[in-house]
Amino acid sequence: MLSLESITKTTQDWLLAKFNPTIALAMECAIVILLAITLFAILGLVLVLLERKVAARIQIRLGPNRVGPGGIFQTAADTLKLIMKEGLTPDTADKFLFNLAPFVVMMVAMLLLAPIAFAKNFQIWDINIGVLYISSISSLSVIGILMAGWASNNKYSLLGAMRSGAQIVSYELSAGFAVLTIVVLTGSLQISEIVAAQQNGWWLFKGHIPVVIAFVLYIIAVTAETNRAPFDLAEAESELTAGFHTEYSGMKFALFFLAEYINIFIVCAIGATLFLGGWMPLHIGHWEGFNHIMDYIPSSVWFMGKTFFLIFIIMWFRWTFPRLRVDQLLNLEWKYLLPISLFNLLLVTVIAIMGWYF
Amino acid sequence: MFLKDYITDVFNGVSSLLKGMRKTGYYFTHGKEIITEQYPDNRATLKLADRFKGEVVMPHDENNEHTCTGCTACELACPNGTIKIITKFDITPEGKKKKAIDAFIYRLEMCTLCNLCITACPSDAIKMSANFEHSVFDRSKLTKVLNKPGSKIKEGIE
Repeated sequence: MLSLESITKTTQDWLLAKFNPTIALAMECAIVILLAITLFAILGLVLVLLERKVAARIQIRLGPNRVGPGGIFQTAADTLKLIMKEGLTPDTADKFLFNLAPFVVMMVAMLLLAPIAFAKNFQIWDINIGVLYISSISSLSVIGILMAGWASNNKYSLLGAMRSGAQIVSYELSAGFAVLTIVVLTGSLQISEIVAAQQNGWWLFKGHIPVVIAFVLYIIAVTAETNRAPFDLAEAESELTAGFHTEYSGMKFALFFLAEYINIFIVCAIGATLFLGGWMPLHIGHWEGFNHIMDYIPSSVWFMGKTFFLIFIIMWFRWTFPRLRVDQLLNLEWKYLLPISLFNLLLVTVIAIMGWYF
Repeated sequence: MFLKDYITDVFNGVSSLLKGMRKTGYYFTHGKEIITEQYPDNRATLKLADRFKGEVVMPHDENNEHTCTGCTACELACPNGTIKIITKFDITPEGKKKKAIDAFIYRLEMCTLCNLCITACPSDAIKMSANFEHSVFDRSKLTKVLNKPGSKIKEGIE
């Protein structure tokens, strides 16, 4: 059967047979980079269109419907427009940092792609501290945002960047605790082992109440971490024009915009991996027939389906809730999410020790 | 007691958020709720709100009769001089002189569609129509005479 696993294996065998191992490795790296960039471009186009369509449906509108059938080429046209626009750098800006910032944000998003398992045995880098790697790298994106805000030499940008910093530093904690609950249950930081532990059921079902609480906390925290409404104080169109990317235009703006959507994809992919079993098909206990049918659906389809389901939930949040004020934002984290997640982690630890999960 | 308040707080917060999400989720799953009009594609089947205010018109019945008495209440009510009523005197069969309108002049380019003339009219002679396609190449075309040529006032309207 044709699967992503067999394709990668055939490619590797062919490369190793034709070239010496060093060149083969270099070529594999080049292929991976090419695939990652392609994925980014496609995801950017698809997610922006999806967001606009979902927003339109929720607000009882039609959304983009003029470019191509049903408006499917709208984002491609938008990208073309952004490419042709002038990438203006303000005179008083710190030019080096100003031009570097979008690439830092983009690079962080790319690095996060490495440990994600897209399908069965289809992973760029199965590092043994995968979860730790993700949580440490994802906190780097705030540097890019602060860099953009500072280098723009604009009050709005700086305010937006500072808010974003406060927000990411705060919500990193509860996101980390939510991830830790799964690490406690699995006993491993490796993504492939976390997925393998969900062979007989996803953690969301196996871990019952505490994992459901952790899942909700995770979704809230990552929505805040990706600077999306209702936590979009860093951009806050009505207060700060566009926050940290006020001064950016053309392709540099597009990179920020793309990085935002890629980050959503990545956090949802991680959420799907930890709580919804990654590429694992839905298995219910001992229903052999049902489990067997589910196995026929390719693992990549399972992974993408779960990820896009989570993305849809986050979009649903965005178009339902109004933006929080800064003090409300910090209240929510320090007075509600953090105590609950600490208590929840304790509960999970007890459950893991006593073996009170399925 | 503090803990109880805290838990009720969290519970109330989550339930109100879920209520909001239920509403938006309903709209997302029910495509027929979409209210967007695809103008000009659906120009023939365009649905406008009943109280949509496009321009002032004077309805005439099948006998080419209107109900305007020429009382100039609308002219006085208009805040920016959009309406100008020119009156004349008809001779009734009994030989009496009766006031009637000669021309109801309406300047669309000055009208703010505030609806004050319609509320001021004692005999409901004018109303707002839903027509909103007012673009013309010559500004003078926006000055309209609302009573049709040869029209007269309906019997029994004073």
